[in-house]
Amino acid sequence: MPQISQILETYASQFFWLLIVFGLIYFTIGHGMLPKIEASMDARDRKIADDLAAAERARAEADNLGDSGAADLTAARTEAQAKSSAAKAKAAKDADARLAKADAEISIKVAASEAELAKATAKALAGIEAVAADAAADIVAKVSGAKVTSAQAATAVKAVMSHG
Amino acid sequence: MAGESGKIDPMHQFQIEPLAQLNIAGYDVSFTNSSLFMILVLGALWLFMWGGMKRDLVPGRWQMAVEGVTGFVNNMLTSSVGPEGKKYVPLVFSLFMFILMANFMGMMPFGIVPGVHPFTVTSHLTVTAVLAVISFGTVLIVGFWKHGLHFFSLFVPHGTPWWLLWLIPLIELFSFLIRPFSLALRLFVAMTAGHVLMKVLAGFVINGLNAEAAWVPLVVSIPSFILMIGITLLELLVCAIQAYVFALLTSLYINDAVNLH
Repeated sequence: MPQISQILETYASQFFWLLIVFGLIYFTIGHGMLPKIEASMDARDRKIADDLAAAERARAEADNLGDSGAADLTAARTEAQAKSSAAKAKAAKDADARLAKADAEISIKVAASEAELAKATAKALAGIEAVAADAAADIVAKVSGAKVTSAQAATAVKAVMSHG
Repeated sequence: MAGESGKIDPMHQFQIEPLAQLNIAGYDVSFTNSSLFMILVLGALWLFMWGGMKRDLVPGRWQMAVEGVTGFVNNMLTSSVGPEGKKYVPLVFSLFMFILMANFMGMMPFGIVPGVHPFTVTSHLTVTAVLAVISFGTVLIVGFWKHGLHFFSLFVPHGTPWWLLWLIPLIELFSFLIRPFSLALRLFVAMTAGHVLMKVLAGFVINGLNAEAAWVPLVVSIPSFILMIGITLLELLVCAIQAYVFALLTSLYINDAVNLH
């Protein structure tokens, strides 16, 4: 077994080269390259964790926004409904008022027209009496030759008309 | 591989041969085939890590592989030591990757090039002993650094009855002191035994083919070859498991030193 039979001749060389090689591995690879690799692994892990946290935050924010948006929408709808019903009520009131005013104006006009009509009727009636008295006087003169004063004729017409 | 008599020596693969003579302060520190394979392991490991250094936000395959290994060692330490284990990741990672790469490097089919033999660095007791001493020394240094003499309370587990106080610490001390030996021997024996078995089976295949009787290749070589495929796969598994066991035990021992059980 050369490992044991050669041990006295080779141990110094084995120790010497192993210490050199292992020292190089320990210092250049173990302490030089390994931390860099671990740093990049840590950086990646951190980045993934950060990104996940950011996504989670954004999701919560979006949820929040959605909630507040829904609330805003409800508030706006309620407000719009209130406004529209108020406007409706106001319009109805206005219409009522205007209707009442128009009614009043119309009834005044109607009253005035009726009064005028009555006056016109009276006037017409009076005209008719005068015409009838004249006609009656003429008729009397032609038929009997008697002269009737217009006052007498008017009295007679009046009497007839009021009777009849 | 073949000896002078045409025999196949399954131990020859562990032979250390100097490639360049070197002497420092009276010690023979020649550059050997073992040193060459250590350097190859260093190069392969450096290449592997370099491929994972792109530091993309979305990792490619190679970066994924490197991050998988580092994450694996990281997890092992955080689960056995706790958050403080992060400090020891470079050490355990170096041990794990060096052993893993050395084990695999010894399994590479370099032998198809004539005159080249793969060499398994971790099949040498001198190498595994140094690695075990590094692991054990870290435990000692961390333990005494953090806890001072209180570290000796490691040898008196909680709930030891007073009338066993003379025995339990002795057993604990013994089991503590045996750790470096078990670490070193486990790896050394596993790699050596696996490679010897593979070489013996390979010897069966080759010697069977060279035999004069025509039935020998059929009865010996082919079954040996089929068995060797399975053993090779098993050996690859053992390579990974031994590296894992070494790293896991080191992190458990570090846990003892950091947290005192």
